[in-house]
Amino acid sequence: MSAAMKRRDFLKTGAAVGGGLLVTLYLPELAQAGVSAKPSDKLKSVAPATFAPNAFIRIAPDDTVTVIVNKSEMGQGVYTSLPMLIAEELEADWSKIKVESAPVDQAYNHTVFGMQLTGGSTSTASEWVRFRKAGATARMMLIAAAAQDWKVEPQSLRAENGFVVHTASGRRASFGSLADTAATLTPPKDVPLKDPKDFKIIGKPRRRLDTPAKVNGSAQFGLDVQIAGMMTALVARPPVFGGKVVSLNAEKAKAVAGVKDVLQVPSGVAVIATGFWPAKLGRDQLEIKWNDGPNANLSTVGMREQYATLGKNPGLIARKVGDPAKALAGATKTITAEYEVPYLAHAMMEPLNCVVDLRADRCEIWTGTQLQTGDRMAAAATAGLKAEQVQIHTTLLGGGFGRRANPASDFVVEAVQVAKAAKVPVKVVWTREDDLRGGYYRPMWYDRMAGGVDAAGNPVAWTHTIVGQSIFQGTFFEQFGIKDGIDSASVEGAADLLYGIPNLQVDLHTPRIGVPVLWWRSVGHSHNGFAVEAFFDELAHAGGKDPYELRRALLANQPRMRAVLDLVAQKANWDKPLPAGRGRGIATHFSFDSYVGQVAEVSVDKTGAVRVHRMVCAVDCGQVVNPDSVKAQMEGGIIFGLTAALKGEITLEAGRVKQRNFHDYEMLRINEAPEIEVHIMPSTENPTGVGEPGVPPVAPAVANAIFAATGKRVRKLPIRLVK
Amino acid sequence: MITLKVNGKQLNADVDPATPLLWVLRETLGLTGTKYGCGMAQCGACTVHLDGEAIRSCVKRVADATGKEITTIEGLSPDLSHPLQRAWMEIDVPQCGYCQSGQLMSAAVLLAENSKPTDNDIDEAMTGNICRCGTYPRIRQAIHRAAEIKARGGNAK
Repeated sequence: MSAAMKRRDFLKTGAAVGGGLLVTLYLPELAQAGVSAKPSDKLKSVAPATFAPNAFIRIAPDDTVTVIVNKSEMGQGVYTSLPMLIAEELEADWSKIKVESAPVDQAYNHTVFGMQLTGGSTSTASEWVRFRKAGATARMMLIAAAAQDWKVEPQSLRAENGFVVHTASGRRASFGSLADTAATLTPPKDVPLKDPKDFKIIGKPRRRLDTPAKVNGSAQFGLDVQIAGMMTALVARPPVFGGKVVSLNAEKAKAVAGVKDVLQVPSGVAVIATGFWPAKLGRDQLEIKWNDGPNANLSTVGMREQYATLGKNPGLIARKVGDPAKALAGATKTITAEYEVPYLAHAMMEPLNCVVDLRADRCEIWTGTQLQTGDRMAAAATAGLKAEQVQIHTTLLGGGFGRRANPASDFVVEAVQVAKAAKVPVKVVWTREDDLRGGYYRPMWYDRMAGGVDAAGNPVAWTHTIVGQSIFQGTFFEQFGIKDGIDSASVEGAADLLYGIPNLQVDLHTPRIGVPVLWWRSVGHSHNGFAVEAFFDELAHAGGKDPYELRRALLANQPRMRAVLDLVAQKANWDKPLPAGRGRGIATHFSFDSYVGQVAEVSVDKTGAVRVHRMVCAVDCGQVVNPDSVKAQMEGGIIFGLTAALKGEITLEAGRVKQRNFHDYEMLRINEAPEIEVHIMPSTENPTGVGEPGVPPVAPAVANAIFAATGKRVRKLPIRLVK
Repeated sequence: MITLKVNGKQLNADVDPATPLLWVLRETLGLTGTKYGCGMAQCGACTVHLDGEAIRSCVKRVADATGKEITTIEGLSPDLSHPLQRAWMEIDVPQCGYCQSGQLMSAAVLLAENSKPTDNDIDEAMTGNICRCGTYPRIRQAIHRAAEIKARGGNAK
C-alpha cells in the first residue's frame, strides 16, 4: 500500500466504500452474521459477564482487558502501540492488557482506505483518534457504572490504573467488577480526549507485549498452524510468468511415500502430501511440459535498453513548475545522469503460506495477511461462497513488507483453489525458491535526471524522467492510485520534491511488462529517494556547494524537514573531518507524511568492497506513541535499505528468474550491520508513518558517502564497485 | 520408527529416516518454534542444538540425530529464564520474531563457549542467521547484556 494514495483522495472516496471514522458499537461475531445489535442486546446474549463497549475492547470479570487489534503484527509493533492508545484513555492497568487479532469485519476497516488492511505506514496515524476514543468511551461507561452502583455523581469519580475510584471516600472498584453493570449502559456520544500534556503511556517507551512469545517458540505464525485432517501442499508454478501446463506426468511423484494426490490447479500443479518433505520430494519428481507464453523471451538486460530508450523523451507530466527546458538551456552548468534499480523480492523470513478448511457452506482460512478484506472477497469468489461465509484468522506475520498485501490475493486464492481440488483441509507452503521466483516484486526502474545551476551554483532547473511498471494498474486500487495515466506510486518522492527549485519537471513512462509487481517497503520512494537524493548531491557538487548546506538553503519553506536535516547533520558531526579513507553522505526524504534524514559513514577497500560503518538517522513522525518502536523501525528500515543498496537484485533471462535462494539473493548479515543511531524529533503534530520512511534515504546516503570517500558516483543499485 | 531425545524427552517418530530433522520437529513432534526459512542452511531460522552444537536442522537427516541430545527453542528454558531470553525481552530484540528462535539458539552456543564475547565474536557466531527486519544492532547489544546477566549468576539486576 502506498501513501501515494493520497489521503485526500481516500477521504473523498473512503465514505463511499464504508470508511470514515467510526467507533462501531457492535460485536464482530454478530456483525458477521449480519446482525447490527446494540451493545446491551449483544452483551446479554453473547457474553453476559463481559463488557464490550465497542469492537476494540473486551473487559472480563477477572479484570483482563482484551484489545482487539485490527492491524496485522508483522514486526512493526502494532500489537503494543495500538493497545497503548486504548490504555492511555481507559486508564487501564497495563499488566492486564491482552491482544487478539481482529476477525474480518467492516468495524475494523481502515479509517481512510475503507477496507481492513495494514499498509502505507498508516496504522498509528489512522487509529490515533479511533483507538483513543474507544478507550475513553469504555472509561466513561465504567465510571457511569460505578456511579450507578454507588449512587454518586460520575464527576466525583475517576479511573486510575484499572480501577474506578471515588475521590472523596477512596472507595475503589476494579474494571472487571464493574463489567456487568457497564454492559447495561448506553455508550456516551461525546467523548473528550486527554490533553497530550496529561499522557502517561503515550510517548514513553514500553516493552512489546509480543516479545515473550517470540523468545520461547510459542508465537504462532501462519506456517505453524496445524488443523485436524490437514494435508500439506506445494505447488509447481510455471518457470515463466504467465506460463501454462501443457502436459503432466505425475506417476513418479505419486510414487513418493506420503504423497496423496497430484492435482492441476489454475496456478500450476499441486502436490498434496502428509507433510512438507514428501510434498517437496513429490514436486521434485513431477514431469511437466510448460507453454511459456508471451514472456518467454523477457530479460532484464533487454528491458533496461527499452527503458533507457523510452527515457530519452519525456513521458506523461506528473508535475511541472516554471520552464525547465528554458532554464536548463540558460544554466551556467548542466549535468545529466541515468539512475537505475532492479526488481526486488520482499523475502520475508517466513515464506508465504495459507491454511484453508473449505466446506460446502463455509471456508476458514489461517494466514498472515495484510489485506483481510481483499483476501476474503477473493477467497469467497474462488470458493463460490458469500464473503460472510469466509472467515480469516490473521496469525502473526513473519515479515510483510507489502508482499502480504496483494490486491490479487495470489497466495490465498491459490490455497482455496488447492483446497477445492483436494477436498481436504490444506496448508499451501511456498519454499524460499517459490518466494524469490514468485513475482510481485518491487518494480525495476530507470530514471533520467538533468539539472542546471546558475553562476552562483544555485539549482535553477531540475528534470526527472521516470520509467517503470505501474503497481496500481489492474488492481481494485486503480481508481484511487492512477490519475490521468500517472500512477501516484511511480512518482511519489519525486513529483513532491520539497526543495525549492524554480523550474522543475517530473514525467513518467509506464511500460507494460509481464512481471507481476507490488508495493515493497516504501514503494515508489524506494527508487525515487535514491535517484532524487543522489542526483541532488551531484548537482550540489556541480555548483560547488556543500550538499548539506545546499539542502538547508532549498528547504527554507520546509521547516520540519530542515529541522530534521540540521539534527542529523549535527549528530553525525557533519562539519568535523573523518579519518582518511572514510566518507560521509547525507540524504533526506519525506514519505508517508514523515521527515527522515540520514548520514552514512563508509569506507571502500582496495577490492572495491563497501563497508558502512555508521548510520545516523533523525526522524520527525509527529507525536510518538512508543519511542522504542519508532527507533526499532528506523533501525530495521536502515538494514532493509542497506540490503537493497548493497545486495538485492532479481534478474530475468529467457523469461526465467535467475535467483533462487539466499545464496544468490543475499541479505545483509550481522557482520555487515553498521552502528545505528536514531534521533527522534519531539513533536505534538499528529502521528505519521514509521514502518517505511526509514528506507528511502539509505541508498542515497551511502552512494553520496562513497562519492565523498572515493570520488566515484554510484548511479545503479545494487552498488558494485568490486573489480 | 525413529527415536529422538528432544529437550530431555524420548520421542518416537514414524518418518522416513532421510527427512530433515526440521520437519520432524515441526510436523511430527509439533515443536513449531523451530522455523523454516530457506531449506539449504543459508538463513539459520532452523537452528537447534545437537549435543550442544548449533546445527541447521533443515539439512540434517533425522536419522543422523538419533542417539543425540536435541535442544530446540522450546527447551532453552522452561520459563523464559535463560539469560538470552531475559536480555532479548529487556532490549525488545524481536520485530516480526520469525528468525529469533534460530538467533537465540545460535547465541546460546556462543554464550556457552564464550562467557564474554566481543562484537567480533558475536559477528562471527551469528553471521549464519539472517534477520530481514534488521534487529542485528539489538542482537549484538542483547548478547552482551546476556553475558552480564549470566556472569551475575542469572540475576538480571
